[in-house]
Amino acid sequence: MKHPAKPTAAEPERWLDRAENVRKVYYSVWIACALLLVAELFIDKHVELEMEHLFGFHGFYGLVACVALVLAAKALRRVLKRPESYYDDR
Amino acid sequence: MTIAEISPGLTLIGGSLLIPLLRGRLRSAYLVLLPLLGLAHLSLLSMGEFGTVQFLGQKLVLLRVDRWSMVFGWIFMIAALISSIYALHVRAPLQATAGVAYAGSAIGAVFAGDLMTLFVYWELTAVTSVLLVWAGGSVSAYRAGMRYLFMQIGSGVLLFCGAVVQMNATGSIAFEHIGLDGPGGWLIFAAFGIKCAFPLVHTWLQDSYPEASEVGTVFLSAFTTKLAVYALARGFAGTELLIPIGALMTAFPIFFAVIENDLRKVLAYSLNNQLGFMVVGIGIGTELSLNGTAAHAFTHILYKALLFMSMGAVLYRVGTVKGSELGGLYKSMPLTTVFCIIGAASISGVPLFSGFVSKSMILSAAGYGSYVVTWAVLLFASAGVFHHSGIKIPYFAFFAHDSGKRCKEAPLNMLVAMGIAAFLCIGIGVMPGPLYALLPYAVDYQPYTASHVLAQLQLLMFSALAFSVLMWTRIYPPEMRAINLDVDWIWRRMLPGLLRAFTPLLRAMRRGAGSTADATVRAAQASVERTHGLDSRLAKTWPTGRMGLSVLILLLGYLLLYYL
Repeated sequence: MKHPAKPTAAEPERWLDRAENVRKVYYSVWIACALLLVAELFIDKHVELEMEHLFGFHGFYGLVACVALVLAAKALRRVLKRPESYYDDR
Repeated sequence: MTIAEISPGLTLIGGSLLIPLLRGRLRSAYLVLLPLLGLAHLSLLSMGEFGTVQFLGQKLVLLRVDRWSMVFGWIFMIAALISSIYALHVRAPLQATAGVAYAGSAIGAVFAGDLMTLFVYWELTAVTSVLLVWAGGSVSAYRAGMRYLFMQIGSGVLLFCGAVVQMNATGSIAFEHIGLDGPGGWLIFAAFGIKCAFPLVHTWLQDSYPEASEVGTVFLSAFTTKLAVYALARGFAGTELLIPIGALMTAFPIFFAVIENDLRKVLAYSLNNQLGFMVVGIGIGTELSLNGTAAHAFTHILYKALLFMSMGAVLYRVGTVKGSELGGLYKSMPLTTVFCIIGAASISGVPLFSGFVSKSMILSAAGYGSYVVTWAVLLFASAGVFHHSGIKIPYFAFFAHDSGKRCKEAPLNMLVAMGIAAFLCIGIGVMPGPLYALLPYAVDYQPYTASHVLAQLQLLMFSALAFSVLMWTRIYPPEMRAINLDVDWIWRRMLPGLLRAFTPLLRAMRRGAGSTADATVRAAQASVERTHGLDSRLAKTWPTGRMGLSVLILLLGYLLLYYL
């Protein structure tokens, strides 16, 4: 929070400005994921590859893929990060 | 010759010449009218080859109309319309003129029936588009533009050489299936590969697009790389090598996208990733996968332009698109926020948005073809693209921590352009029928099955969960004012560095070589001086008596030899 915007008379407070609402958004993502797993029980799965038959395959694949992606990218940054003026100073 | 026998690219190229002559509202009206005329021109075309010319014993086909050229012709013309509307607020005529001529060149290229005509339009796209990079106006934009031009012209030179080799080998320059059987095929493959931003030659894209003006990037995102996709699809469909190349293209840029701060550069990386899907589709080479490639190029042009337009609007209003400087802009730019989210949902393949109905075809084709590893990489890339384009772009620009920046909503012309693109993104997603009807082959594909929709929703929602948890726990790498090295480091830093390191050595060698050469020349001069100089033996005057004696000796010698 570098520049916390203070609500002023001219600018009303928004719904997302309140921390508890951000928390609501966060937990609703969890709930949506749970519901999507439950929905799989009621759906006739027809898929192209064998591994897709595993329960919740696409969900867990996405979760693992994204966590791995971010952690790998974070490690990559240690090697590749340079100051913005890197190519300018000759 | 009727209008139906002239390339629709020429409508835009010829029409663009008038743009600088017009001013104010008249020019605005003309800029909207011109692509509309282009669309009308397209609707008048009928299948076949037109405008054939004999040139140096070869048949040039200036206009070839078939299902491949038509589907790209339509989407290029729509992109030209949207980009022109997006450019209306710019007062100087250069960008609109260059942009429309660039669009016309790309359209001319997809209707070219032979390699020489293709080459001419290929180079025209390069020289018209670099003006859009330079329109960015900074020194770094100028330099990036030079690097861009070098790669683009280089691609054209390879195409020309390949066409000549191909002509000698096969006797024809018709642009049909080429394949990798001969050296000509490889040269042309390399030419297309550079323009398609294959791995290791991809950096011109991330280098130049974020440097262009807000309008320039929107034009740029639509044409060059999709022209390359079209050319690959026509020349190299079913070339197995394209499958690993494409899979690599989908995967590696997303790592860079996660840690990149410049949000237009993030989009440039995700552009590369999306091209990968199309390249895989070309490599698999079945009717389903090629349809998938054409469909994905069509939807991609729209949602990519939409995303670049929303970031362009932010750049125009705030003056920066660096993630570390932005945040909370939804309060100032609510409509732009909505349009950006629609673009983000489309690129991520959320059901009911356009990306879903096109990307699914390529993934299914990989699945049916039992390319298991490729399929797994594409699925990883689908999750990854949602992560950085779907969430990161809207999140860091419009939400995240409030940067305190307040600005006006985007100008009306930008909103209209974004609105059209957003409408098409949703329209195609909800009703894919009309797009499927345009595709090169008959479509027998149903994207909306319960199983498929659920699988995609799971993939996306759990990816969102990963992002949320990593953000919540502050593990997610924060946006930083920094750049990240890519392979262009080799020719921007390493090679010049090596050259500099060797400069003293080279200089010493030159000095050494110089002094050796000097000494040799001086020695030669001295010896000439010794024999031929003033007072030297050969320059002396000889008495007549000695001459007579010499002749006598010669004659005696001759006499002697004669009798022996």
